[in-house]
Amino acid sequence: MAEVIPEAIQPPTIQGAQALERPRPPHRRNRRSPLASIALHATLVVATFCALFPIAWVVLSSIKPASEIRRSEIQLFASPTLENYRTLLTGTDFPYWFLNSVVVAAFTMVFGIAMSATAGYALSRFNFPGKRQLMWTFLLTQMFPVAILIVPIYTIMANLGLIDTKASLVIAYMTVAVPFCAWMLRGYFDTIPRELDEAAALDGLGPFATFWRVVLPLARPGIAVTAFYTFLTAWAEVAYAIAFMQSSRNYTLGAGLQQFVPQFSPRWELLTSGAVLVTLPAALVFFFAQRHLVAGLTAGGTKG
Amino acid sequence: MRKSFDKHWYAWAMVVPTVIVLGVLVFYPLVRGVGQSFTNLNESNQRSEICTKVLGGEETCKPNPDAAEFVGLDNYVDVLTGAQGDFWLQFVNTLVWTVACVTFHYVLGLGLAVMLNREFRGRSFYRVALILPWAVPSFVAAFAWRFIFDERFGVINGALRAIGLDPVAWFEQRWTSLFTAIVANVWLGVPFMMVALLGGLQSINGDLYEAAEIDGATPWQRFVNITLPGLRPVSSTVILLGTIWTFNMFPIIYFVTRGQPAGETEILVTGAYKAAFEGIRDYSLAATYGVLILSILVVYAGVYKRVLAKQGEVF
Repeated sequence: MAEVIPEAIQPPTIQGAQALERPRPPHRRNRRSPLASIALHATLVVATFCALFPIAWVVLSSIKPASEIRRSEIQLFASPTLENYRTLLTGTDFPYWFLNSVVVAAFTMVFGIAMSATAGYALSRFNFPGKRQLMWTFLLTQMFPVAILIVPIYTIMANLGLIDTKASLVIAYMTVAVPFCAWMLRGYFDTIPRELDEAAALDGLGPFATFWRVVLPLARPGIAVTAFYTFLTAWAEVAYAIAFMQSSRNYTLGAGLQQFVPQFSPRWELLTSGAVLVTLPAALVFFFAQRHLVAGLTAGGTKG
Repeated sequence: MRKSFDKHWYAWAMVVPTVIVLGVLVFYPLVRGVGQSFTNLNESNQRSEICTKVLGGEETCKPNPDAAEFVGLDNYVDVLTGAQGDFWLQFVNTLVWTVACVTFHYVLGLGLAVMLNREFRGRSFYRVALILPWAVPSFVAAFAWRFIFDERFGVINGALRAIGLDPVAWFEQRWTSLFTAIVANVWLGVPFMMVALLGGLQSINGDLYEAAEIDGATPWQRFVNITLPGLRPVSSTVILLGTIWTFNMFPIIYFVTRGQPAGETEILVTGAYKAAFEGIRDYSLAATYGVLILSILVVYAGVYKRVLAKQGEVF
């Protein structure tokens, strides 16, 4: 789920996080001994292996025929084939799930940003009664376990007849997306100099026009990152999706993939190929957003 | 009041959309959820009226005689005394799960961050490779690890067999089953810690290290006396966050252990979820769990803040 840094705690300055971008030349130290150098690389190679192996194994398994996956001995390659992907895309409801996830995540993203952008700006620029309480609410919503909202939201959706619709999921995801986006956007707005607002005010722009015509265009990268991250959290959500969606064609990816691995006779060949197709777009989006993400998270907390 | 409104109306107007969403989508359900925890609501008594169609298409409705009713603190008593559900078993699981995951996240993340903070060939390659698990959606990671630990076709048991050991039936014993979930979650969560701590490391003034070196401090002394204190603000934030996220981590337990064996590896969040949506749906039990989980987290965050404040952290 979406995640936010508590206001009360002071993370390092934003420069600290941004320093990730350009490795700072390290202070000269005595040269590392060859032994230490080998130990360093050995540790990192092991760590990298641990990080990459599960991904590689799933990818390798996804191009094995089903009969080869069901073998007890380990083999990296076994008559590679794209058959699993063909079955997945033509013989199952996977394309529906994929489309449903895209729609749900996209709407969550758009509404999440739209509902929170002005609030992020107000929290960044103005001191107004209720500001502190609002910040605390954002923090508190991060602590909500899915367990406390899912039942009441479910019963409300059932009363409205929205169960098994995409709208119910978008609405449920907004509970996380809106406070998260407001928090993140506030952090990005904080990095835009106030002098610009003041200049705009001198030129006779009101607060709304300043926001719309001056600050919003400058905050485009921050908005993009927030939007993408919101998209990803909705893409990866499963608890609401499994509870709310009831017919196979309405499933999103998380609920759908689960169908492949029932307790008995799981179809790992479909699961692994599905997993690859789910992860690819998410990973691309992630690597675009990742560099700016930590900076945004910590920047949100530098002022209370 | 009037003056205050004139001065702040545009700020308030700007936060209105968010406040409405929070009110309708978070606050109202929250109040309802707390309310439900004081009733005996379940799937059979959720209707307040029973409607029957009569000839001619008209509907007559009368109050449901078995409708859910207020039962006071009964649910809380039942849950905490173990009369309903397995609260304490799940509570212990949640503690073990949270402490183990957060500890490994932090220690491994810090170790990797310290290594990556040095200058050496291939550093950016390692950095990208080590972040990759973060890019994998959590439910996909859960399925992947379930597959890896699969008793018959899993690669771990395959490796054990290859070196002549007996395969392990991971999901037939409580602690081995929980272990698989912890491995999966550690794998998933280390990159965030690593990146956050790396950011913290790079904000530490390099002169401090040089001065310490000139004074003859050993690398360990430098780590304990400069690195760790320098990281404190980041550490306290990511540990608090990590604890809350792990405590509420749904997909890993739900897909990796699935509560096997026989619900013994359920944590509180998945326990609540299963109460609400599996078998006979007991909404009031799930709501009670939800309130208890939230209370635990709020108390934890409060204590955590206190302790940090006592140690001189500025808030």
